[in-house]
Amino acid sequence: MADRADFAMVSVAGVKRVVNIGLLEDEELKAGDWILIHVGFALSKIDEEEAAHAIRMLEGMGQAYTDELIALAQSDLGVQP
Amino acid sequence: MRFVDEFRDAEKARVLSARIAELCEPGRQYKFMEVCGGHTHTIYKHGLEDYLPETVSLVHGPGCPVCVIPMGRLDDAIAIAEEPEVIMTSFGDMMRVPGGRGSFFDSNAAGADIRMVYSPLDSLKIARQNPDKRVVFMAIGFETTAPSTAMTVLRAAAEGLSNFSIFCNHVTIIPAIKAILDSPDLRLDGFIGPGHVSTVIGCRPYEFIAREHGKPLVCAGFEPLDILQSVYMLMRQLREGRSEVENQYARVVPWNGNPKALRVIGETMELRPWFEWRGLGFISQSALQVREKYAAFDAERIFSVPGVRVADPKACQCGEVLKGVLKPWECKVFGTACTPETPIGTCMVSSEGACAAYYNFGRFTRERVKEATRA
Amino acid sequence: MTTQDLGANIPTRSTQAGWAEEAVAEAERESPHAGGRIGAEHLTREQQVLERIDRARARKARVKEPRITLSHGAGGKATHNLIEAIFLDAFRNPELEQLSDAASVQVGDARLAFTTDSYVVSPLFFPGGDIGELAVNGTVNDLAMAGARPLVISAGFILEEGFPTDDLRRVVASMAAAAKAAGVQIVTGDTKVVQRGKGDGCYINTAGIGVRERAVELNAANARPGDVVLVSGPIGDHGVTVMLARGELDIIADVVSDTAPLHELAAALLDAAPDTRLLRDATRGGVATILNEVATASKTAIVVDEEAVPVRPEVRGASELLGIDPLYVACEGRLVAVVPAEQADAALAALHGHPLGEGAAVIGRVGDDPPGLVLLKTTFGGTRIVDMLVGDPLPRIC
Repeated sequence: MADRADFAMVSVAGVKRVVNIGLLEDEELKAGDWILIHVGFALSKIDEEEAAHAIRMLEGMGQAYTDELIALAQSDLGVQP
Repeated sequence: MRFVDEFRDAEKARVLSARIAELCEPGRQYKFMEVCGGHTHTIYKHGLEDYLPETVSLVHGPGCPVCVIPMGRLDDAIAIAEEPEVIMTSFGDMMRVPGGRGSFFDSNAAGADIRMVYSPLDSLKIARQNPDKRVVFMAIGFETTAPSTAMTVLRAAAEGLSNFSIFCNHVTIIPAIKAILDSPDLRLDGFIGPGHVSTVIGCRPYEFIAREHGKPLVCAGFEPLDILQSVYMLMRQLREGRSEVENQYARVVPWNGNPKALRVIGETMELRPWFEWRGLGFISQSALQVREKYAAFDAERIFSVPGVRVADPKACQCGEVLKGVLKPWECKVFGTACTPETPIGTCMVSSEGACAAYYNFGRFTRERVKEATRA
Repeated sequence: MTTQDLGANIPTRSTQAGWAEEAVAEAERESPHAGGRIGAEHLTREQQVLERIDRARARKARVKEPRITLSHGAGGKATHNLIEAIFLDAFRNPELEQLSDAASVQVGDARLAFTTDSYVVSPLFFPGGDIGELAVNGTVNDLAMAGARPLVISAGFILEEGFPTDDLRRVVASMAAAAKAAGVQIVTGDTKVVQRGKGDGCYINTAGIGVRERAVELNAANARPGDVVLVSGPIGDHGVTVMLARGELDIIADVVSDTAPLHELAAALLDAAPDTRLLRDATRGGVATILNEVATASKTAIVVDEEAVPVRPEVRGASELLGIDPLYVACEGRLVAVVPAEQADAALAALHGHPLGEGAAVIGRVGDDPPGLVLLKTTFGGTRIVDMLVGDPLPRIC
């Protein structure tokens, strides 16, 4: 924020809130970054890559699972899982 | 909401559920402890246990900072609140916790001025707006909230405020986990590690659990999928014979924690030689107090605090519940003498307490509830 | 965990919490340990405990606190306890025992509905309304929920010394406008002024009389298994608005109070679904509290589909920030209706046909087991119980 360097305006689902970002001074925060806030303070910057990785892993599990089911159905060995 | 909705996807949950089931060895029971009140709450709020096989159970640990505050400490806070011209400020969770003489709500009814705040910064604001009053902030929480309290003290010092202080009841998580590991009653297969505490302390402090005690630990996020994925990761470790610390919440938790947060805690606070934890007894080096340098902001130095220990009621089994030895409904007073309206112990009154979670959310045999909600 | 090695500074003086020992002893006297109960052997330990809980919950209401606390005014368990143990006990009569929002009064051939309410909201003025508008709409709604046509209202004011006269003018102007919109007249009133510090600016008490012109008998106990539960629009708007308007939190959101008179909406609904079992406006305590009252009164189970409950994104966001659950947050212009399944479509269409019912939705159904409980099928696909809160929803911090 212009007048207070250690505060920032954050918004979630259209709700805005002033939050103290002093704990993240070692990070470089810019508009558009996602952060974890707790009792009025920003505790951590969300690592979008890690988030994407986690979601991909979840999706991948789903796909791999479906693939396995399909493969099993198509297999002509008739073996019990 | 981004980074929230994706982790609440029911379809992905079903997949994880199946994967977890696949990893179960026939005839074996699995018990994982989640050490964070926020996890207890999520598990019950979303009905997560429905997604776990019968043989996998989650045990709730002492990760609820409200639950571990002994009654005597609460009486001390009330004694401070009853001093002339004092405004006590506290998070909402504490307002109904009963001490030896009643709760904050009861004190208000008897004439004290105890106000609910959402942040220690609100407390500072009240101090600025009421220069003729002495404003005290009841500081509770594990390492998650300690940095916020520390920052607030630093701010108060920078502004030269003379009417603000904190009553410091911050506790640290590692001694609590050690107490669990040292407890002979418990046989755990692994831990669901704290989420927010880990954003501050990182994942390294847990390494001794995996290395020396051979129990895997996975730091988990707070959305339902986070927890399911963490259980899955624990099961995989067991299946693969590994015992490591893994970070499922990597999008939020940096492996090395938040150095700035640790710095401000270190600047303003230091470890107490010992502290009493409700249900766990006296644990050395397990809680924080304000450093000499910031004595002007330490309520314990400014006010004289009775410091009388109040023994837990004989029938109260919060200790065993906090250690995960007893399930909430196994406590003899659960639901009868001890209810959300008339709580005896902290596990029932805190919104993250295992007993409250069970009473408010999970009560009733799961089959009956599932049957009833089948569309 | 021993204390021997930790030095001599540990306090050895300790006392006991007398109230806790008493509470335990009393509970034992009233519902002795399940193990001793004949016939309990076949139940698992958990089931025995749950039975004990049910018996404990069915106990006669009693207020143990020596002083009134804020919880007693929140509309939850503490309030219910207070009403039953103190007011009902002293004033006991069949009509009062109904504990409905509006009492039924028969005068000759005329069937009247009679209700009263007090308004103590702070701040007095907030986005979307003020205490005056709330007072009129709230009373109109209590009558409408009884299936009555609102006729007349009384307005008693308790003003604090120092309250700005212009503010009073604003409040009164709002009341006049709201009364006109609702087709009621404010026919009698009273004014008192209390010393500075003994009031919160302005308190308003109202009473309302309406005419029951329909043959319908709306009662929480009427709900039956198979019935459908509807809500007339997004929930939680009012409560969140007021919390943010208190200005203590640095939160800015585009939420406004949903205060509105529901008499037309209710009439449209009753026209389309004449066998409606009950109507309730979801004020303090929110939708969750209403559903609990219905489940208890009718001894049914109510199953809510979390996915189906309408909540505005801003209300959801603010609630997450505040750590509260929209299901428990007050509305002032929403109704909950329980209708027979075969009339559900007509009911929903009637609600949608009125501007105030735009966001109406079916949110659940009534079942028979477990009786007296409200269950939630979470968006995640799990299940949990939605119990009544003790007092106000307290924000979850950790």
